[in-house]
Amino acid sequence: MRLVSRVLLLIGLPVVLLATWWFGSAGSEDFYRPSLSSIMDAFVRTWTWDMFVQQVFPSLWRLLVGYVIAVALGVALGGLIGTYRSVRSLLEPVLEFLRAFPPPVLVPAAILLSGIGDRTKILVIVFGCVWPVLLNTIEGVRGRDEVLSDTCRSYGITGTLRLRHLVLRAASPQIMTGARQALPLAIILMVISEMMAANDGLGFTVLQFQRGFQIPEMWSGVLLLGVIGIVLSLLFRLAERSLLGWYHGQRAGQREW
Amino acid sequence: MVAVAARTSRVTGRRFRSVTLGALGLFGFALALEIAPRVGVVPIDFAPPTSQILVSLGELVGEASFWTALVDTLRTWALGLCIALVAGVVIGVLLGSLPFVRAATATTIEFLRPIPSVALIPLVIVLYGPTVKSTLVLVVYAAFWQVLIQVVHGVADVDPVARDTALAFRLSPWARVRYVVWPTSLPYVITGFRLAASVALILTITGELVIGSPGIGKEIDNAQQSNAVRTVYALIVVTGILGVLANLLTRFVERRVLSWHPSTRGEEVTPA
Amino acid sequence: MLEVKNLHKVYDGHGRRVTAVGDLTFSVPEGQFACVVGPSGCGKTTLLRVLAGLLPATSGEVLVQRTPVTAPPPGLAVVFQEYGRSLFPWLRVRENVELPLKAQGMARSDRGALAAEALAAVGLSDAHGAYPWQLSGGMQQRVAIARAIAYQPRVLLMDEPFAAVDAQTRADLEDLVRSVWQRFGVTLLFVTHDIDEAVYLGQRVIVLSASPTTVAQDLTIDLPAERDQLTTRSDARFTELRGQVYAQIQKVKAPA
Repeated sequence: MRLVSRVLLLIGLPVVLLATWWFGSAGSEDFYRPSLSSIMDAFVRTWTWDMFVQQVFPSLWRLLVGYVIAVALGVALGGLIGTYRSVRSLLEPVLEFLRAFPPPVLVPAAILLSGIGDRTKILVIVFGCVWPVLLNTIEGVRGRDEVLSDTCRSYGITGTLRLRHLVLRAASPQIMTGARQALPLAIILMVISEMMAANDGLGFTVLQFQRGFQIPEMWSGVLLLGVIGIVLSLLFRLAERSLLGWYHGQRAGQREW
Repeated sequence: MVAVAARTSRVTGRRFRSVTLGALGLFGFALALEIAPRVGVVPIDFAPPTSQILVSLGELVGEASFWTALVDTLRTWALGLCIALVAGVVIGVLLGSLPFVRAATATTIEFLRPIPSVALIPLVIVLYGPTVKSTLVLVVYAAFWQVLIQVVHGVADVDPVARDTALAFRLSPWARVRYVVWPTSLPYVITGFRLAASVALILTITGELVIGSPGIGKEIDNAQQSNAVRTVYALIVVTGILGVLANLLTRFVERRVLSWHPSTRGEEVTPA
Repeated sequence: MLEVKNLHKVYDGHGRRVTAVGDLTFSVPEGQFACVVGPSGCGKTTLLRVLAGLLPATSGEVLVQRTPVTAPPPGLAVVFQEYGRSLFPWLRVRENVELPLKAQGMARSDRGALAAEALAAVGLSDAHGAYPWQLSGGMQQRVAIARAIAYQPRVLLMDEPFAAVDAQTRADLEDLVRSVWQRFGVTLLFVTHDIDEAVYLGQRVIVLSASPTTVAQDLTIDLPAERDQLTTRSDARFTELRGQVYAQIQKVKAPA
């Protein structure tokens, strides 16, 4: 009985909302607001395997490459800057300034600099996503526990072992926070760089549907973008849970004591 | 006493050093961007030196159309932020204080939040065309989640003892919100405001760039289409300055409103 | 073997000088269990950090195994007061114990054997797969002690290791430290603010004066080697020694 009510609580509202959309839009005459059933028809018709290979995978590939480079770069630079106080003082205002730019303005500049190829889009994603990772890594490296640092010194833990087991691990909750902030930015930049400068990709395709007044197809593209956003955030959460298990456990423990 | 004095002077010394270094860093950065195109590290036609960008920034400041665009951008940003803030706080307090509603909406929110706001771009274009309204939808959508999530957390953070005390003294629901729920969640609201402000600026510029609603973003797009390279960069610098000002403003508000509050909240900006 | 000669430590902040350790000379012979007590804020932690090579001395000399200390010396292990912060929360108990050995480049099998032995010595044989934060405070400090033992130090420094655990656990841990010392034969310097603990544990108690710190009294504890929470603490000699240390600390506190 309790299980039933829990399940109802979990999926009740989404089901009601979808049903409202389905039945509310059924037989819609509005050209711009087609019925959900025709959107679903268009979805199945449009997003075939070929379409995925030609339009969706290139987008996701650029997203992945840009995101991974941004995180790696952010962690490396952040570790360096966070470790040396004078480097931090020297660069902090510059970083604050660079971070303040709304990342989408990079798209026109990047188009000017390197055309409309893959390189431009990856560049835009890297440049837009590196800041949250970088700044959070700096915070994380700075905020590591002094007793733990002393422990490493006393027990002769140095070099790469120290980097791996102290510096990066201690900063990993902040690194993950930065990476979490960077993920939606990466999606935004992927989509709008394709809307502004591309001849393939998801953003480009969806905008083409809009320009060609293929309205149900366009709606299905919007749905697909939404699903991609949801799936990526779920994947991220899985990765975070396995990487930061110790952190959440420790926090939960502290609350108990 | 002695120790305290020693520490203060050391701190000011360190601070002076870090400010000097910081200024040096900024200067060096500008210098690098001046020199790099001149020696051909980057193509000078597409990446003008700092001095040329500053010159065309100076020209921009003299044009009325620039100021119109700036005001348009600021208006969209402020309006979107306000709507998101009000909606986020009202809905957040409702969700946070009614456990049943909160449980019933949890999945829906989990699913809606990660939907990228830019996915809505084609929709708003066909529904509203290249207008401020289109951009506002994006801005409000993205900023709303920032506020909502923070407020729901804030309301849930209310000390159960304080809640019970309020109930035991038979405070009215309104008084409970006013004296118990609101003060506890205020820091969260402010955090939500800060995050929403930065996300709203990003989406304002995005909307103007991609949808073509009036504002700085549209000017950037126009300048790029007509190959006015220096103007593109000058306008980009303007958006950077806007970003810095937005950060300063939100930090100022935070300090003013929360000067009494001992805690500092973790940052978490998540533009959706 | 641990020697401290005319140790002097001054904290220097722009024009203002704070003397933490005045002029300190003492030595702990090989294999001795020495306790250091003093009024709070007397520079006990500063002393320990200098001994451990974590903090440079302003003048004077510290020798561990006849070698002057300039950086953390090999063959010296430290157990910190803040057990919750000195263990790596992202490593399991066994990995925490093994990490310093890994840093020495020891082979995996040797590491495993040493870690297992050390964990057994502190009574934690079945906890090696747990994370530190899953254990109680007393158990976490046991892990820190096991890590120190596994490191096979000649000199072991302990900085108020039991200041943050409850009384019952504390008694158990005191006996544990005694047995570890007897079994492994290390030179042990134990810093504490608890007079009873110092007298109960040590072969010798060094009483420090208030800051700037000097040695106020150096007392040999002539209690039998086999000690027991019940009989030792009710021994007349224990009460007498405890009274002496207490009186001495009251005396050095007074001028301040």
